[in-house]
Amino acid sequence: MNTIKLFPTVGAFAENKDTARDMRINEIVPILDKGESLVLDFENIDSITQSFAHALISDLIRKYGIDVLDRISFANCNKTVSKILEIVVDYMQ
Amino acid sequence: MKVHLPNSAFLGNINAFLKTIDTSNPEFLQITSNNKWISVHPVVLCIVASLGIEARSRNSDSPVRCERFTATSKHYFERMGLFKFLELDSEMTITEHESAGRFIPLTQIKNSDSLSEFIKEMVPLLHLEKENAEPIKYIISELVRNVLEHSDSKNGAIVSAQYYKKSNTIRIGIVDSGVGISKTIRRSHRAPTDLDAIQLALTPGITGTTSKEGGTEYNAGAGLFFTKSIAKINRDFFVIYSGNTLYKLLREKGKDDIVLHSDPLDDNHTKDMALPHWTGTVVGIDIELMETAEFTKLLDAIREIYTTSVRERRKAKYKKPTFI
Repeated sequence: MNTIKLFPTVGAFAENKDTARDMRINEIVPILDKGESLVLDFENIDSITQSFAHALISDLIRKYGIDVLDRISFANCNKTVSKILEIVVDYMQ
Repeated sequence: MKVHLPNSAFLGNINAFLKTIDTSNPEFLQITSNNKWISVHPVVLCIVASLGIEARSRNSDSPVRCERFTATSKHYFERMGLFKFLELDSEMTITEHESAGRFIPLTQIKNSDSLSEFIKEMVPLLHLEKENAEPIKYIISELVRNVLEHSDSKNGAIVSAQYYKKSNTIRIGIVDSGVGISKTIRRSHRAPTDLDAIQLALTPGITGTTSKEGGTEYNAGAGLFFTKSIAKINRDFFVIYSGNTLYKLLREKGKDDIVLHSDPLDDNHTKDMALPHWTGTVVGIDIELMETAEFTKLLDAIREIYTTSVRERRKAKYKKPTFI
């Protein structure tokens, strides 16, 4: 399984959407384009902004369709992180 | 330009201060102040600093003239870095001590990496508990990123914040001298007045970067809506001023559950559409720490209204084929 750990790149407060976009383009998209699945690991991340979550995953849903969520799993998300990810997934459908 | 620091200017009574700003003759800034006592919201300091930067960018020969502060509270302005920012000698010396340490002095943020650094340094400066820090970090990140992405401000964002012990409140100001909300929103939407533009900017899922509901891959049109919602759920003030118009979210009274609205004009608010023209955007917000709702509960409320609002507008725009 492909696992992408976010903390080493984004720190405990994930708010830099330039970083989110770079991770999406350079790390996530190549895995999905190969037809593989991946885990986004939010271990040690205390909080994220909606802008960060949007820049990270909204275009994946646009580009591959909502079924892309069958190939992406979100690991070690605390309540705040999971709720913000849910908001983005919600309004993208 | 002229600006007068009054006896008192906080979000509740800020209109009176804003009405006195004179933006004519932008090569010079003349600062006067109340001679007995000055107590102002950090957003007021950000406005003065922004005017000073504007004057400096147009005139290298004594662009800022400031009459000597005689108010007994004058040291506050030295601590907050106003004179340093304006490149003026205040002739004051201050002793740094812990009890006065819960503030963020005037700071200019010009790029994304500086913002990330600023947020890391901000939490210890305000001595915030983790649960109180979340909405504060969130608000500053979203608002400053808005400035960096949409305002075309060559001077970036001017930020300042202060903890007020008596009200247990963090007061935050974020100001830019960019193109303003109307110009940004009109890139993709029809907004005849500054109030129309502010209304759209505060509506979830609307961004100046596209006319599509829900935004682009990079912008969702959510930052200002989230910020206003955090203030509303906490029953705090939130003001936004751009062009000639100020929108002020009023503090909710009573103990009833707060209802979020996607249309900011449905919230309890006041508006003033005859203020001196501010080219960029001014945002001020108060967050009372004891009233900070659990951040995740707040997100539940935001999720519901945000998703419903975007879906309803998509549905309203949905076109069916016409069979004849």
